[in-house]
Amino acid sequence: MITALWIMVALAALLGLILGYASIRFRVEGNPLAEKIDAVLPQTQCGQCGYPGCKPYAEAIAKGEADINLCPPGGEEGIHKLAELLGVEFKPFGENAQPKPKAVAFIDEETCIGCTLCIQACPVDAIVGAAKQMHTIIASECTGCELCVPPCPVDCISMLPLEEKLTNWKWRYPVTPLKLSK
Amino acid sequence: MALSGDSFKAIEMRTLHHFHGGIHPPTHKSQSTGTGIATLPLPEKLVVPLHQHVGNCAVPEVRVGEHVLKGQRIGRPEGRQSSAVHAPTSGTVAAIDMQTVAHASGMPDLCVTLIPDGKDEWIAHAGVDYRNTSHTDLRHMLRDAGVVGLGGAVFPSDIKSYSRHHKITTLVINGAECEPYITCDDMLMRERPRDILRGAEVLRELLYADEVLIGIEDNKPEAIAAMRKALEQDGHQHMEVIAVPTLYPGGGAKQLILVLTGVEVAAGVRSTEKGVQCFNVATAWSVWRAIAHGEPLLSRIVTVTGNVEHAQNFEVLLGTPVQELVAYAGNKPDTGRYIMGGPMMGVDLPNSSVGVTKATNCIIAASPALFPPPQPALPCIRCTRCTDVCPAELQPQDLYWFAKSNNFGKAQEFSLFDCIECGACAYVCPSHIPLVHYYRYAKSEILVRDHDKRAADLARERHEFRQFRIEREKQEKAERLAQKERAAAEAKAKAVTELPTQVDPAADADDTQQLRIDAALARAKEQAAAASPRNTELLTPEQRSEVEAIEARRAKIHKIASDAGADDEPPKRN
Repeated sequence: MITALWIMVALAALLGLILGYASIRFRVEGNPLAEKIDAVLPQTQCGQCGYPGCKPYAEAIAKGEADINLCPPGGEEGIHKLAELLGVEFKPFGENAQPKPKAVAFIDEETCIGCTLCIQACPVDAIVGAAKQMHTIIASECTGCELCVPPCPVDCISMLPLEEKLTNWKWRYPVTPLKLSK
Repeated sequence: MALSGDSFKAIEMRTLHHFHGGIHPPTHKSQSTGTGIATLPLPEKLVVPLHQHVGNCAVPEVRVGEHVLKGQRIGRPEGRQSSAVHAPTSGTVAAIDMQTVAHASGMPDLCVTLIPDGKDEWIAHAGVDYRNTSHTDLRHMLRDAGVVGLGGAVFPSDIKSYSRHHKITTLVINGAECEPYITCDDMLMRERPRDILRGAEVLRELLYADEVLIGIEDNKPEAIAAMRKALEQDGHQHMEVIAVPTLYPGGGAKQLILVLTGVEVAAGVRSTEKGVQCFNVATAWSVWRAIAHGEPLLSRIVTVTGNVEHAQNFEVLLGTPVQELVAYAGNKPDTGRYIMGGPMMGVDLPNSSVGVTKATNCIIAASPALFPPPQPALPCIRCTRCTDVCPAELQPQDLYWFAKSNNFGKAQEFSLFDCIECGACAYVCPSHIPLVHYYRYAKSEILVRDHDKRAADLARERHEFRQFRIEREKQEKAERLAQKERAAAEAKAKAVTELPTQVDPAADADDTQQLRIDAALARAKEQAAAASPRNTELLTPEQRSEVEAIEARRAKIHKIASDAGADDEPPKRN
């Protein structure tokens, strides 16, 4: 009887040690769920969700602090993806968070005074310029977050919606006529 | 035809392979092979798109109003994957602007409008002997001559004729031309077989290929005979003309490679990785013209057929408006639309004024009688006829289901990108479902999503780097500040140790500091006394009196101000 007890205790201690070691040795860096959520988010870094970037929002969702319908740039599809990932119900956008067509910022170079305020605001370093020099947007890097628009003292930044061109044209969903019943 | 012993043995030894499925649609080819390749008179104007190839759009090199010669480059290739565009004839550039181009989207693209002057005057050009020219130079010549794949894919040939990492054993020259109605390659092989084979020889040289296999469908006996004759005539080595069974889509690059070599090429894998490269016969011909004669790609053979009086092949200058082309072939009045390419894979042109491009192998004038409008689609009954005919061994009915329900991940899992859009499935579908349209839709949606994903990843990376940089700058600033403070402290300590030599060595640190401050104050006072206002020297008497008047006024104001200050009111400034 006592031998059996000792064996069980020794086994428990050994397994505990192994588990303890494994939890240190194979520790997962960061929050894997937050990273998965971050991968779904559109990475505009616009802060429309109320968090300072996509990663903080992903972390907040992972902790259960934030709703999944706060990201307008992700569109309804983004909410669907998040709902699927988290196993929760789809939730439509609130009234003040409606998705807008994709756009990129454009600086009117005639008006720009070179104050660098927009450069400091841009979360992805998509604005080139220096103090008292004209600034310009690298359109291919711009996420359309609009964070550069309010700081501009001369209102020279406008958001241009992305136009469909030959290079980004897509085949439309086939619309086939239905057969009329006689 | 008498065959020599060797070549007979070679033909005997070659076993052809089969691809899965395939269909036998009516070919309608004899309509346009009755007469030889005709040349079109110079059109009124040419609308030459600058983006006629896979890759970056060419950059315009001419200005509006400029006179250009035939063969003069008007678009410079931009970036690695691009190709040049040339003036198809001599004339004046009338416009460089966005115009509707021959594309399924019907969207505008950058075009150069050229008004021919009728002289058709060539720019100075000369070919080279490819045996004495470096391969790099040859590829540069191809790129500068705007040679791209003329089978329809318009991929720059200079890139395709280079394989550094993989040994190319077989070069396949594609003369299969499996799609109904199209006969441009057939006629080219009948009329110009020698230059095609010479071009193939250049490509073989560039790729260091061991053998060249020219695959031609057996419904083109004249072309096969002409090519075989030219092969014997010029004594090409390691080259063979092979008749392949007529079966749509046997002219697809992957299908022809499989039939001739038994090598299967999956999606996302280049055939070069399997040791095979494939070029169209018309491409081989253009390669020879570019290398041996220095002639850039200015025209191509276009089959004009369908609802026209004289279905025929024409050598057409690039940019020729489609309406002039069909009018010359005797367009009938009930033509409703124009198909670029064949009836299986072709696309409807947005209008008839678009210009012929390097990808235009055929123009079919379509009338409602010839091409009745598609029947209404019925639900899929899962009969799997599409599976039976799919040359890529896919499950078209499943792909249709996934594309229809926007289940793109699943569609990709079922190898959607292996689909070559040949249309065999839609051809046999008893429910008349436009299957290819669904696949094209799903493919373009997936490509856009992939692009967005890449853009998001890039944005994440840039954002994270920015945060890292801001953090680093903060740290560096703090470090600099700390260093400055350290330096100042050190300097102070040094001063403290030096000072006692001048003053009482018994005085403590506070005293020495006080002494130093006093000394500095005294120095400053001295300097202030020594300095006099510079701008009051060398004045004329009038200026001096003016200055004095101002000084007097100022003193008065000061006095008033100090008086007012007694009543706790701030002095008014004027």
